[in-house]
Amino acid sequence: MMDNLLSFITFLPLVAALILALFLRGDDAAAQTNAKWVALLATTITFIASLLLLEGFDPQNTGFQFVEQSPWILGLTYKLGVDGISVLFVMLTTFLMPLTIAACWTVTTRVKEYMIAFLVLETLMLGVFCALDLVLFYLFFEAGLIPMFLIIGIWGGKERIYAAFKFFLYTLLGSVLMLVAMIAMYAQAGTTDIPTLLTHTFDSSPLVVAGLHIAGGVQTLLWLAFFASFAVKMPMWPVHTWLPDAHVQAPTAGSVVLAAILLKMGGYGFLRFSLPMFPVASDIWAPMVLWMSAIAIVYTSLVALIQKDMKKLIAYSSVAHMGFVTMGIFAANQQGLDGAIFQMISHGFVSGALFLAVGVIYDRMHTREIEAYGGLVIRMPVYALVFMLFTMANVGLPGTSGFVGEFLTLIGVFQVNTWVAAVAATGVIFSAAYALWLYRRVVFGDLIRESLKTITDMTARERAIFAPLIVMTLLLGVYPSLVTDIIGPSVTALVTHYDAALAQANESVQLALNEGAGS
Amino acid sequence: MITADIATALPEVVLAGFAIAGLMYGAFGGQDRVAGRLLWATAGLFVALAVWLGLIDSGRQIAFGGMYIDDAFARFAKITILLSAAAVLVMGQPYLQRRDLMRFEYPVLITLSVIGMMMMVSAGDLMALYMGLELQSLALYVIAALRRDSAKSTEAGLKYFVLGALSSGILLYGASLTYGFAGTTLFSGILAGVTEGPMPLGLLFGLVFLIAGLAFKVSAVPFHMWTPDVYEGSPTPVTAFFATAPKVAAMALLARLVHDAFGHAAGDWGQVIGLLAVASMFVGAIAAIGQRDIKRLMAYSSIAHMGFALLGLAAGTEAGVQAMLIYMAIYVTMNIGTFAFILSMERDGRPVSDIAALNGLAKIDPMRALALLVLMFSLAGVPPMVGFFGKFYVLQAAVDAGLTWLALAGVVASVIGAFYYLRIVYFLYFGEEGAGLDATMPAVQWGFLMASAVAMLVGVVNLFGIETLAAVAAQTLVH
Repeated sequence: MMDNLLSFITFLPLVAALILALFLRGDDAAAQTNAKWVALLATTITFIASLLLLEGFDPQNTGFQFVEQSPWILGLTYKLGVDGISVLFVMLTTFLMPLTIAACWTVTTRVKEYMIAFLVLETLMLGVFCALDLVLFYLFFEAGLIPMFLIIGIWGGKERIYAAFKFFLYTLLGSVLMLVAMIAMYAQAGTTDIPTLLTHTFDSSPLVVAGLHIAGGVQTLLWLAFFASFAVKMPMWPVHTWLPDAHVQAPTAGSVVLAAILLKMGGYGFLRFSLPMFPVASDIWAPMVLWMSAIAIVYTSLVALIQKDMKKLIAYSSVAHMGFVTMGIFAANQQGLDGAIFQMISHGFVSGALFLAVGVIYDRMHTREIEAYGGLVIRMPVYALVFMLFTMANVGLPGTSGFVGEFLTLIGVFQVNTWVAAVAATGVIFSAAYALWLYRRVVFGDLIRESLKTITDMTARERAIFAPLIVMTLLLGVYPSLVTDIIGPSVTALVTHYDAALAQANESVQLALNEGAGS
Repeated sequence: MITADIATALPEVVLAGFAIAGLMYGAFGGQDRVAGRLLWATAGLFVALAVWLGLIDSGRQIAFGGMYIDDAFARFAKITILLSAAAVLVMGQPYLQRRDLMRFEYPVLITLSVIGMMMMVSAGDLMALYMGLELQSLALYVIAALRRDSAKSTEAGLKYFVLGALSSGILLYGASLTYGFAGTTLFSGILAGVTEGPMPLGLLFGLVFLIAGLAFKVSAVPFHMWTPDVYEGSPTPVTAFFATAPKVAAMALLARLVHDAFGHAAGDWGQVIGLLAVASMFVGAIAAIGQRDIKRLMAYSSIAHMGFALLGLAAGTEAGVQAMLIYMAIYVTMNIGTFAFILSMERDGRPVSDIAALNGLAKIDPMRALALLVLMFSLAGVPPMVGFFGKFYVLQAAVDAGLTWLALAGVVASVIGAFYYLRIVYFLYFGEEGAGLDATMPAVQWGFLMASAVAMLVGVVNLFGIETLAAVAAQTLVH
């Protein structure tokens, strides 16, 4: 099994989904419970298998490990593998999925289909992080839209149709541009093998297209196409508008997966493709990305302040936190990249937990209006404690995982662009404002609403879901080396490669200039 | 000599004999009472011939002085045509039976049009091209109006006939211009005539008219106007037929014409076909958004899909032809499944084609809804469905040939097009339960629907090997 460990991890949820689809009949209470248990079991086994992956993973080796390969159609290969950058995303996914499944225990409509959708989604998400072939990556990347479209559309809130269509078409438009870029890369490099492409140098000599002078040439065009896809997925300001809609309308578990894992695909894409494959273009466009990130951090934090809907508020805060990630990535130095990856992992736990926390009271009151709550601490002390912890983590309080990521990215960016770092740092203050204000309005104050007087505290199941998240948030907060030890060598290799590629490109430009001057 | 010629064209000869015998049997053997038997016999013969064509590997053979060409390309197209025609015949049978439309002429006319299509894909001469095309079209005009007492069906037949005759006229005009300037109607002769220098202006005009005439048959924009009305008005089994086999035949014929006869002028026809492709993709995608009738929607969908297939052809390379063939094979498989579903759309025993009738089907009949969901995402070209690979091959061929802008236009159009496929999924899964469809479905149609949907999912593993077959076929065509 060790030889095919990645395939096993990736496709186990899919197999469970097939078993559910083919062998589970009926829609009575017993069948529903069975479906939930099968899904929980499958995701738990996947998590245990992924622990084997972590066990066998050698952080000092910066190449791809657990590589599997077999020929596929049209000269493409089915190739999986993980390196220091992707292995933690695999872990994050397998860790969060059992919790997500446990969080939808209260769902009663079309339970079997719901479980199938999540299991299929897990396979596709894991595939994205493991794929080492461009087209295979694209296949997983885009196929993930289908289950998410259905999850939002079938089990979502009142405006679910609009949100589902917006989510699907918005992200599809981004990714088809990436598809064309991938085909162009195939045409240029003659392979879709990602490890080979990582060492391939795409032409970066200036180009004139339709009278437009394009610095960075082909690299810039490819970079822009990939950027269109990942920026939407991330999402970056100003193409983030699908996210609040999708988050608000998605069911709790859907929001958790969306915020905790799906958004990370954008960041992962930047790390895997944009930075190492198009270094010259990345360098050219980095200032723009840095400023877009800074704007995202400040602007969406301000927008979050005035939200009336809890989920929408957290959704906007996600956009702000993803701003730190893009900022760290395009700072392109060790601290920035370490911080960006750390922030993504941490945000996976924290935002997932926050959406779960909203889900806890939504299950009881069936509203997400902030106005409808107040004084919850009186009836729900445990909930108040849990919610406080994750609010603090969201703010980035030292001691929680949220602090490490923000701090490292700010250090990284400060070395590259002080002004951006300064603007982004003010965003941290705004984030404290909206998060703490939200907490005050929901949890503190007098319990005056009649409907809240009978609300009950968290059940044992809910506490069990939050427990692992609390552990991880605090553990990473006080002992960040857990993450940085694994990603460190791969990130160093990436930074070295990036700098070398830039130096080489500059050298060839100099050479061309000298020749021009000489003749 | 003549025996060798006939031996080369034996499948067509067998089919022609069968058509005449079937006609006699129907006329004297009990009229419409034997229609069912005749239909099954026809479908069986189609499958047998497809297997035969698949097994023989006779290389490239030329008969009747170059008018008839039998090569791997023709065989690939013929197998696709025969199998899809057989599938459409079989799955339409319960529908026709119930509506009392089961006439013995139906299988005979289908056979005749299939002979025409087989002639088209094997044509090596403008005369053979025209003969095949007309035989196919005349049979199709009649079956479009199969439901004689329905105004819409009659309208469809008439509209198809008038516009089809117009397109034949255009085609003939192009053929005569080509003949006038090249001095021969043989493709090989025309090819030899345009080797050096730019093409003579007359030949260029002839080429454009020929392409225009054929664009009509594949319903490429701006020659698509007949498609929605004919699709909507014809009885559904006939619509299913229109959407599959004739499209393959016309695309294959177009590929053969531009490569075999005008292979040296790829730069000239590449532009024309590229324009047709982009226009078809966009018009098909945008016009389908407003449709409420699923048959009209499928008409626009087929226009958009033809745009993609034409994009492969516009590349003008071997990879382009291969992409086009793969695309057509996938397209036909998807459409058979989708039409199997449309054939089964009934409410209280009466056929409906309103999209809103799909409301809440996922609750009434989950398997059927799931199969249609898979087909819709496949038609939209979303991975991991096989429909994506069709698009991928085409885009790759286009980018390799330097048509990156066309590829970009194509993917943008496909995002617009995704909207209306999603809308069908929306009705299936998100819609409130209303006056829905009957939960029953004839076993044959259910079988085709499921087989097609499963093929769309399982095909991701190796595309069932059509990739290599198409590669061999493309190799023989492009020199």
